Amino acid sequence: MAQEIILAGFGGQGIMLAGKLLTYTGMLEGKNVTWLPSYGPEMRGGTANCTVIISDEEIGSPIVTNPSVALVFNNPSLEKFEPLVKTGGTLIVNTSLVTIKSKRTDINIINIPANDIAIELGEVKITNMVMMGAFVAATKAVSFEGVMDALKKTLPAHRQNLLPLNEKALKKGSELV
Amino acid sequence: MGEKILMKGAEALGEAAIKAGCRFFFGYPITPQNEVPEYMSKRLPKEGGVFLQAESEVAAINMVYGAAGAGARVMTSSSSPGISLKMEGISYIAGAKLPCVIVNIVRGGPGLGGIQPAQSDYFQATKGGGHGDYRMIVLAPSSVQEMVDLMGDAFDLADLYRMPTMILGDGMLGQMMEPVEFKERKPIALPPKDWATTGKKGRGKQNIINSLFLIAEECEEHNFELKKRYNEIEKNEVKFESYNMEDADVAIIAYGTTARIVKTAIKRAESKGMKVGLIRPITLWPFPEKVIAAAAEKVKAFLTVEMSTGQMVEDVRLAVNGQKPVYFYGRTGGMVPSPEEMVAEVEKILG
Repeated sequence: MAQEIILAGFGGQGIMLAGKLLTYTGMLEGKNVTWLPSYGPEMRGGTANCTVIISDEEIGSPIVTNPSVALVFNNPSLEKFEPLVKTGGTLIVNTSLVTIKSKRTDINIINIPANDIAIELGEVKITNMVMMGAFVAATKAVSFEGVMDALKKTLPAHRQNLLPLNEKALKKGSELV
Repeated sequence: MGEKILMKGAEALGEAAIKAGCRFFFGYPITPQNEVPEYMSKRLPKEGGVFLQAESEVAAINMVYGAAGAGARVMTSSSSPGISLKMEGISYIAGAKLPCVIVNIVRGGPGLGGIQPAQSDYFQATKGGGHGDYRMIVLAPSSVQEMVDLMGDAFDLADLYRMPTMILGDGMLGQMMEPVEFKERKPIALPPKDWATTGKKGRGKQNIINSLFLIAEECEEHNFELKKRYNEIEKNEVKFESYNMEDADVAIIAYGTTARIVKTAIKRAESKGMKVGLIRPITLWPFPEKVIAAAAEKVKAFLTVEMSTGQMVEDVRLAVNGQKPVYFYGRTGGMVPSPEEMVAEVEKILG
């Protein structure tokens, strides 16, 4: 069983960080994992995406043409990755910023107003964790406890006070699935 | 057993080098390997080592030349255009019989090319990119873990044979993150560096590091001596991985990142009823020609897949020596072949 996940948005939305956290969680849960960033002559505000694979078996290609899950944080990301999601796969859409409606009927589409929820929680930077909550609830690729555990291990000491906020964001995201 | 940590390929290379005893790093920035010098600049001073960003690649490789001559474990890293600049120095280091490790995180070429992953520096790495009758041990990892494991080998082989050793990766391996474990390495017996220029300290004779031999007879003698050690390496140091080859009809030959994509392609081909195996050279020089020649007696055909327009395929053809057809599929300039494309090529071959 392998989940091939693409996270996409623009620079500054915490795409790479969310991808790394997911990869780290998979590793802590004993899975094989890879994280591959798109890299290129990009700038702040430009597009950013990364590919995460979480698998029970050895991972061959770290590149994914047709992801089983795509988390899209803005319109250009939906345009690029919505057509590529595998039949039967999952598309998680940040409807706070994505205004385009997906026309796919062969995939599971989950709409999350992630920015709005994050702002409600008092911190727009937590948008990525709201999306992550939806992802965990929809796919069960990793566990909530696992994500929290990974956060605890990766947040520096002076940021550990942000754990409860992250937990709230994860829960909020998951409740909407 | 050590703990698994999640690391970027380029950073893992840096940590592995430090664990292998590397205390000197000289480099000049270039994408997509900047995380190597960045990591070394953070870590080396804490280990009592020296990190120096040189004024150019030419300066960096000559600093490597100097540190290696003084007997240090020293490394430089760069990407394709930067490695071209280092070629003169690499030839001198080979000529002066000095050990060092050079990392090339290959990007598209020729010229400035692009910054996406490529394997188009195979000729340069294995066929003597610099001048003269020299060889360089070339190791080609295909995962972040293997980058770490091969780094220890690279320093040991360099010291054992007194020659430059290259780790040939690509942009993808440099940029991707995977769990790695820094395993305890068994130390191997290495010859003392009694040739190093560390001060005379009462020795009768000066140690001189040099690659100049003006008398033809002496220069030939020097080349024969080098050749003797190259023969030994070809005999003793070949490394490869054989995957799914037991009853394969088609053997794919691929290295590095491409080889892991081949593994995905093999699984897809299997589900379509095709029997495909992989021979993955881990040492590009010395090239695993014997295992390929032996496979030629069993398989129907070979397919070489590279991120180039066809470089390693020449060595595959030499090894197969006309026994079976050798096909080629390549993407280049930063484009990466997909498993689907590889399966389509195998389908064409099996007709």
